[in-house]
Amino acid sequence: MATQAAPTKFIKGATGDWEVVIGMEIHAQVTSNAKLFSGASAEFGGAPNDHVSLVDAAMPGMLPVINEECVKQAIRTGLGLEAKINLRSVFDRKNYFYPDLPQGYQISQYKYPIVGEGEVIVDVSPTERIMVGIERLHLEQDAGKSLHDLSATESHVDLNRSGVALMEIVSKPDMRSAEEARAYVSKLRTILRYIGSCDGNMEQGSLRADVNVSVRKPGDPLGTRCEIKNVNSIRFIGQAIEVEARRQIGILEDGGSIEQETRLFDPSKGETRSMRSKEEAHDYRYFPDPDLLPLEFDQPYVDALKAQLPELPDAKRARFIEQYGLPPYDAGVLVMERAAADYFEETAKGRDAKLAANWVINELFGRLNKEGLDVASSPVSSKALGAIVDLISQSVISGKIAKDLFEIVWTEGGDPKEIVEARGMKQVTDTGAIEAAVDAVIAANPDKVDQAKAKPTMLGWFVGQVMKQTGGKANPQAVNELLKHKLGV
Amino acid sequence: MSVDSATVRRIAHLSRIAIEDSEVERLRGELNAILAFVETLSEVDVDGVEPLTSALPMQMKKRVDVVTDGGIADEILANAPIREDHYFVVPKVVE
Repeated sequence: MATQAAPTKFIKGATGDWEVVIGMEIHAQVTSNAKLFSGASAEFGGAPNDHVSLVDAAMPGMLPVINEECVKQAIRTGLGLEAKINLRSVFDRKNYFYPDLPQGYQISQYKYPIVGEGEVIVDVSPTERIMVGIERLHLEQDAGKSLHDLSATESHVDLNRSGVALMEIVSKPDMRSAEEARAYVSKLRTILRYIGSCDGNMEQGSLRADVNVSVRKPGDPLGTRCEIKNVNSIRFIGQAIEVEARRQIGILEDGGSIEQETRLFDPSKGETRSMRSKEEAHDYRYFPDPDLLPLEFDQPYVDALKAQLPELPDAKRARFIEQYGLPPYDAGVLVMERAAADYFEETAKGRDAKLAANWVINELFGRLNKEGLDVASSPVSSKALGAIVDLISQSVISGKIAKDLFEIVWTEGGDPKEIVEARGMKQVTDTGAIEAAVDAVIAANPDKVDQAKAKPTMLGWFVGQVMKQTGGKANPQAVNELLKHKLGV
Repeated sequence: MSVDSATVRRIAHLSRIAIEDSEVERLRGELNAILAFVETLSEVDVDGVEPLTSALPMQMKKRVDVVTDGGIADEILANAPIREDHYFVVPKVVE
């Protein structure tokens, strides 16, 4: 059975350590123009019931015809998950009753999914990578949307999402902490976005997770699991797992037992609660959909799709380490988003790649995060950041001035090189000028000079003073050397 | 194979069809008659026979990924007993 976690991941209970075991079902909306079985638009939003065909509304006599692009997207995704592609799969009807499901069943794949077992490498921290197994990936229809807040006594139904293609990606129970689960979803999202098979937008519901959580004493067989439905952000996935594991441990330590059930995470209260209404619906009475023939294609069809896949995150990360000599963690951060990786490569081209990586990760990403922007909308282009990196490499400006320069380019735009010229930001490498500043600082602070002789770490204070005098433009190395020499430390 | 009255109630509930207690026995008889009829098929030996998915030896037809439909909310809602601003309106359903 599944492997055991490192003891550091255990949760401490009153009766000792507990291990949490997590598996996940991710619903990812397939990126396509039209729906899975009809010609209506799959675009998010729209006026109520505007993106609906008679097929999506399940009018009598309407027949589903599969959208080939959705099939290709599922295959591409399967390839990205290093998974087995099944050349023959079957669509089944999953029967349940709900007002936003006009057919009375969801067309899904049960026994024979389009994609079988695969695996995902997940970076949990700078020093830890785990492997999460994929059980399967299948294609299915989304349901419509019910709005409960427009009236006190009625629900309003919009079928725009009804029939939109989803990929359900089922993991094996291979995760052992909330942190691992978060990292898994994040990695899956990255892979989907690289492939372009799902936009990964969790706010719009393009990516939603059902999380299966159970706990056990280390070494014991798997405990009874509860399924937390429809968690729609990576942060909430982590929180839901933590509170659910605590809840289960509490029950078990009080001598109780866990009931297998579906639960809902309430972020505002920080608790999960039972969704009893869903329980009996679990009798889905699957059977093959008589309206659809089996989905069949040959290996050359798969190979052609594989040949067109972009470089995927793991391969890109390995290349960044190899080609640019980046530390694995930095490479991992850079490849999280394809656009960010491209930005880095443009910035690093023909330059000191490590310096470029530092600037992209620390200054640019830091600033983008702060402003809630993505790389595509960065006010500082890769060309401009490259120019800043050049100015640092050529010792034209100091690292400190470079940060000011970055700020100016961020807020005002412009060519970094011209800005440095126009505003006199060039680093002072003229030893005479620096020496004058050093002498002035030493002359003004005789007491500190004595202290520095006894305690060489005081040197830092002098460097700071000289930099202040020179408006940050003095070459720090030259300042250091001169000070050491003059103070005799 | 035959069904008991509890199964009849369960199937009705899963389908959200309201049935009276007085109807259960009659429905049970009808369902069992249908099942007995279909049961005849189990007399045929199908060992080693591939399940038939279509009477025609053909590949599934596929559509290209182009939006060709939609924009017909009035038609979609034409038969709805209650509607409002192009929404279907149904009795309140909340989790």
